[in-house]
Amino acid sequence: MIPNLVADPAGPTLADFGKDPLWISIIKALFIFVFLMLGVLFGVWFERKLISRMQHRYGPNRAGKFGLLQSVADGLKMGLKEDILPRVVDKVVYILAPVIIAVPAFLSYSIIPFGPMVSMFGVRTPLQLTDLPVAVLLVLAMSSIGVYGIVLAGWGSRSPYAVLGGLRSTAQVISYEIAMGLSFVAVFLFAGTLSTSEIVAKQASGGTWSLGGLDIPLPSWYAILLIPSFLIYVITMLGETNRVPFDLPEGEGELVAGYHTEYSSSLKFAMFQLAEYVNVFTVSGLAITLFLGGWRAPWPISLWDGANTGWWPMLWFFVKLVLVFAFFIWVRASLPRIRYDQLMAFGWKVLIPLNLAWILLVATVRALQNARSEQPGSVPVVLVIAAIVVIGALAIYFRFDTVNQRRREAKAAEVAADMELLDAEPTAGGFPVPALDLPHYHGVNGRKEVPSGTN
Amino acid sequence: MELYVPILVLAVLAAGFAVFSVGIAPFTGPKRWNRAKLDGYECGIEPTPQPVGGGRFPLKYMITAMLFIVFDIEIIFLYPWAVAFDKLGVFGLVEMVLFIVTVLVAYAYVWRRRGLDWD
Repeated sequence: MIPNLVADPAGPTLADFGKDPLWISIIKALFIFVFLMLGVLFGVWFERKLISRMQHRYGPNRAGKFGLLQSVADGLKMGLKEDILPRVVDKVVYILAPVIIAVPAFLSYSIIPFGPMVSMFGVRTPLQLTDLPVAVLLVLAMSSIGVYGIVLAGWGSRSPYAVLGGLRSTAQVISYEIAMGLSFVAVFLFAGTLSTSEIVAKQASGGTWSLGGLDIPLPSWYAILLIPSFLIYVITMLGETNRVPFDLPEGEGELVAGYHTEYSSSLKFAMFQLAEYVNVFTVSGLAITLFLGGWRAPWPISLWDGANTGWWPMLWFFVKLVLVFAFFIWVRASLPRIRYDQLMAFGWKVLIPLNLAWILLVATVRALQNARSEQPGSVPVVLVIAAIVVIGALAIYFRFDTVNQRRREAKAAEVAADMELLDAEPTAGGFPVPALDLPHYHGVNGRKEVPSGTN
Repeated sequence: MELYVPILVLAVLAAGFAVFSVGIAPFTGPKRWNRAKLDGYECGIEPTPQPVGGGRFPLKYMITAMLFIVFDIEIIFLYPWAVAFDKLGVFGLVEMVLFIVTVLVAYAYVWRRRGLDWD
């Protein structure tokens, strides 16, 4: 059985919130605001620098030491650019959209825990702006409101690229939000709460698992305990923030710049850029809070007694944040962009059923453990349910598979027939196709081709 | 209620910043009038006339939005269940299996009718 995890006494719980005087709240809110603004400036620089190094380039290295002031310069430049208000736009929606997208992005961070209780100007307070009994729901709600910004920006621009980009982006974000929401369920099942500070407290110690007299220490991070949930979350957080490999809204080959095509390079555009990076930090912060142990020090550091007290945890949180952000950049340097229909199919046909199956599996195992310890009489009931679930899932899978298999075969036969027709008559179907066996151009007679890279 | 006051503080701060930035944007840059610059951007060709109040868009996106609502509500039901799981015991498990099976029927229907295909 999994023992009742005892929260570290230093870790704040829901009861510790709502007691701050207003001025402490203002200081904390200001801190989060400044942290996110500086974070975006640093993040833009860090991303450009790291991806440059991965591609054997230097990246920005002119403005300031190591190019550190590059994003400050970029921000100033944006402010000094002409702000174009295209003639056709819906003015109210067009101007409101950057505000609608930026504000919720900031709000999500109010429930991310930075650390334990500290003394701030003589007031004992947790290093977290606030916590709610439904804290994680707030993040999901805010990301849903952020979608309004995207769709309104596209719609208000009244230009084909912007409208299509906005629609695509919206469809993608809401699709991946479902998979993201489902990946949290297993965490809530184990933590028994939606409050972020308590989820962090639950990951304090893994406890032990008694197996035949042997005490096996359990990992405390939900990322290890619930690996499938964590992997699905990692995928969805890339999709949710429109990052590579899911950055189709910015598919510049097809959509120019997507929903913010009509926003000139002014401060309005800066809001979109800001919101995008803040959203990346939000999903990273959520990944750390729900799966990677929150602000608690990782194993070798946690051996030191003072690691999880005072202001130190903020450092661990920042280090984790930088590492997760570096993962985003690493993915961007490694993976190509995927096709839109593949993206949607992956979200709806793979992530959601996998997620539901995983949730049922976790719930069944958990129920079995609870039943063993509390009411042994109900163990057979749980086993029967488990059997029904497994058989049902397999039945659905095989039934689906035959239908899809038939469909795939029909499609392949169609394509094969088309190809046969094309072989016989290359211009079939109306497209003038050049013959594939035309002689290639190999240079004018006698002149040698010069390989590239020589003089 | 005190739990929500700090969020309000941050909201005021963020909204103030966003409104300020968007508000001063037209005044910080130069102004050079050009007819073509104020057209919608379509890679240099004459912009397509857009109907007032928005045009039509592929139905596919609406179906995706409807499906999103269905599944989002399912998630909303899963959260309280997950939180109260240990208290509900076997009853909770049975109920949720039944609930997910009900949703899966709709899901399978949409899949079979190619509601999830994109072409």
